[in-house]
Amino acid sequence: MSEVPAVRNAPTSNADLFFSFNWLALQGFGGVLAVVQRELVEKKKWLTLEEFVEDWSIAQILPGPNVINLALMIGGKHFGWRGALSALAGLLLVPTVLVLVIASAIAGVGDTQAMQGALRGMGAVSAGLIMATGIKMLPAMETNPMGYLTCAVLAIVTFLAVAVIRLPLSWVLLTLGPIASIWAWYCISRNESA
Amino acid sequence: MSITLNFQDWVSLFLHFVSLSLLAVGGAITTAPDIHRYLVDEQHWLTHYQFTSSVAIAQGAPGPNVMFVALMGWNVGMNAAAGMSPTPNMLYAVMLALLGVLVTMVGIIVPSATLTFFSTQWAHKNRDLKGIRAFKAGLAPLVMSLLVATGWLLTGNHDNYSEDWPMWVLAAVTTVIVWRTQTHLLLLLSIGAVLGILKII
Repeated sequence: MSEVPAVRNAPTSNADLFFSFNWLALQGFGGVLAVVQRELVEKKKWLTLEEFVEDWSIAQILPGPNVINLALMIGGKHFGWRGALSALAGLLLVPTVLVLVIASAIAGVGDTQAMQGALRGMGAVSAGLIMATGIKMLPAMETNPMGYLTCAVLAIVTFLAVAVIRLPLSWVLLTLGPIASIWAWYCISRNESA
Repeated sequence: MSITLNFQDWVSLFLHFVSLSLLAVGGAITTAPDIHRYLVDEQHWLTHYQFTSSVAIAQGAPGPNVMFVALMGWNVGMNAAAGMSPTPNMLYAVMLALLGVLVTMVGIIVPSATLTFFSTQWAHKNRDLKGIRAFKAGLAPLVMSLLVATGWLLTGNHDNYSEDWPMWVLAAVTTVIVWRTQTHLLLLLSIGAVLGILKII
């Protein structure tokens, strides 16, 4: 499954994990995911796109902040619990200090007009970042055992359920998730016996 | 706001975030409505304004979205310091605020992080099992779609297109730029901030 002959690197140490995830967190305005894909898949090549999509789907289905789950998975995969803690600390330590400083500064000054404008503009950009992250996963669907067409149908149904009908995420994941997984099981079995 | 927190209150604050941790499927932000119910409506430890500004500041600051929890813990601690004396010692107030950060962040992160660590270690060791492969393959298109849906929902309120259209244009242009080019994300965010300050969007 994972013998992809692409260029692949790995974190060299716990310190490397700490500083890499710290750098990710500091670039992540309005969420870290878009940065994760660019840094870890495209620049550092710690993960292939397929691995990223798979790991991200698990990070998403498990409870807890998604990016934190992903950091624990990547750190744990390479250096066990020490790696997981290093990645987690990298992700949280400096941003926590920073957000407290920013909040105290805003409480002091409070130039709300400009501040709200800036937050609004950055919000629209970070929404675009997240959408692009999803669109960039399209090539990974080509190797999906369910086939491109089934993937497209599942993606469209998911989008309608979450963005248009606004169903709770847990409902969508707990109904469509098992259906898709069982179908994938069937497709993998069929491919293997063929 | 000034409140009084005794030891038991700190423990229940911690336990509330512990209980939310394992419910936070799809990210910490999905627990925000319940945090509001508990901290603002039920316990009156946090004002509504402190709640909403915590979420907004965490979105605008670097780092994971879960930082909004740290800010709420900080504010609860500050409120508790104000309740101790009308003119609280600054150092003492900061200590209580940091205790608030610690209690809420450890509560929201440790249970889910423990579950994630052990279950994914197991899944990684057994990654060639057909069940694990089917699970990952089945969820992949859902996850891709959820990201697009999240960006879609974050772009703006969906009831005011005539006024919000510049936001949509900016989000759409950003999507294409990030998808097709290697432009630095911080540059894009800065441009967004400037456009917002100039009231262009």
